[in-house]
Amino acid sequence: MSERTIIDARGSFCPGPLMELIARLKFAQVGEEFEVLSTDKGSASDIPEWLNKVGHQLIDTREEGGVWHIALKKMK
Amino acid sequence: MKILIVGGGMGGTILANNLARRLAPELRAGKVQLAMLSASDKHMYQPGLLYLALGRMTPDELYRDQASLLEPGIDFQVDPVETFELDQNRVKTKSGKTHGYDILVVATGSRPVPEMIPGLAENAETFYTEATALKMFKRLQAFQGGRVVIAVGVPHKCPMAPLEIIFMLHDYFKDRGIRDKVQLHYTYPVGRVHTLENVAKWAAPEMDRLGITYETLFNMKQVDGANKVVKSEEGSEAKYDLLITIPAHKGMEVIETNKLGAGGFIPTNKTQLTMEGRKNVYVIGDTTNIPISKAGSTVHYQAETLGENIAAIVKLGAPVREHDGKVFCFIEVGKDRATYAQFNYTTPPDPKPPTKAVHWFKMAYNKLYWTTARGLL
Repeated sequence: MSERTIIDARGSFCPGPLMELIARLKFAQVGEEFEVLSTDKGSASDIPEWLNKVGHQLIDTREEGGVWHIALKKMK
Repeated sequence: MKILIVGGGMGGTILANNLARRLAPELRAGKVQLAMLSASDKHMYQPGLLYLALGRMTPDELYRDQASLLEPGIDFQVDPVETFELDQNRVKTKSGKTHGYDILVVATGSRPVPEMIPGLAENAETFYTEATALKMFKRLQAFQGGRVVIAVGVPHKCPMAPLEIIFMLHDYFKDRGIRDKVQLHYTYPVGRVHTLENVAKWAAPEMDRLGITYETLFNMKQVDGANKVVKSEEGSEAKYDLLITIPAHKGMEVIETNKLGAGGFIPTNKTQLTMEGRKNVYVIGDTTNIPISKAGSTVHYQAETLGENIAAIVKLGAPVREHDGKVFCFIEVGKDRATYAQFNYTTPPDPKPPTKAVHWFKMAYNKLYWTTARGLL
């Protein structure tokens, strides 16, 4: 498994987990993996929806103790 | 002890004044030295740029001399940092000076980078600098009708700006008697009209009521100026006659060239406000990588926490509190009504319906800001 950069967006209302991810991906290299941590349950659907729409790879999602973990890879 | 603040914007100025008051006895006794390095001798009130673009403020109202805002005891120099040598606890400046420190605070802010999107800088108006805000003012005055599109980059400072500009444009064109000749179309990067859920819940019906169309999940990819089309990463496109952008931002170049953080955003502990891996380097404001609004109020409250903590380190040997991530943002909803969003790391915002009273509070705050900068309000 490639080393993953953690984006700790727990407790982030603004800009929020998805916008934080979009920002981080801008400065990342293709192939880099990230794991977003979010306490916003909407992220579990918002982020995969956006990844699919734009063409990045969703690796997996899981929930642990009220925190959603969304792992992904930048594909382009 | 030498405390060095790099950056003379909102955060650096509020922090410097806060420390100058808290540490006045130590400064007088020579036990503490407090210095600020900035790239400019002027201090700009950045929220005023929105009003400048709409002809509601003039350029002179945006600025004060930086030195006039600072408490005695602050060694202020207009001499921007070029090199950070954190392992040696020193920085080097443009003039060639070397400044050592015991505590360093980086408060260098962020800058708009429309050039990151092909075609954007040359084809879109924006209000994130004085020059571009004045250009946008003239363009708006000359605009007689057509489709106005708002396109939002990520990350950006002032998260309320996209909503503020679209609602203020509605009133602007209505006042000119041409609102029926203008189509206002709002695009936004995430799956609702604002990243704050409660704000989006209020804003979307308001846009429907005012006849403002919108498309969400729209992240700019490129602008085709010849055909006047802005295209998204998501595969859609929006035709425009006038394109207005809230561009993506990066931290200052000096942060990138010194490799302190990707995109110029420094990895920062969100409760301690320390640079990750450094006990004596603090970071506040837009240049942190904390997932929090890049906004004046964010750094205002960070500066207050950090001022208390640095003073406690001097007087007690340790910091005394953690930062709670407080943010307070006004939201102008047209020319004469406003609301606000207040939140922190644990409590989401719950904005109330806009009122004239809150708008007048914002108008007053546009003037009162200078007392905040002086560390008083």
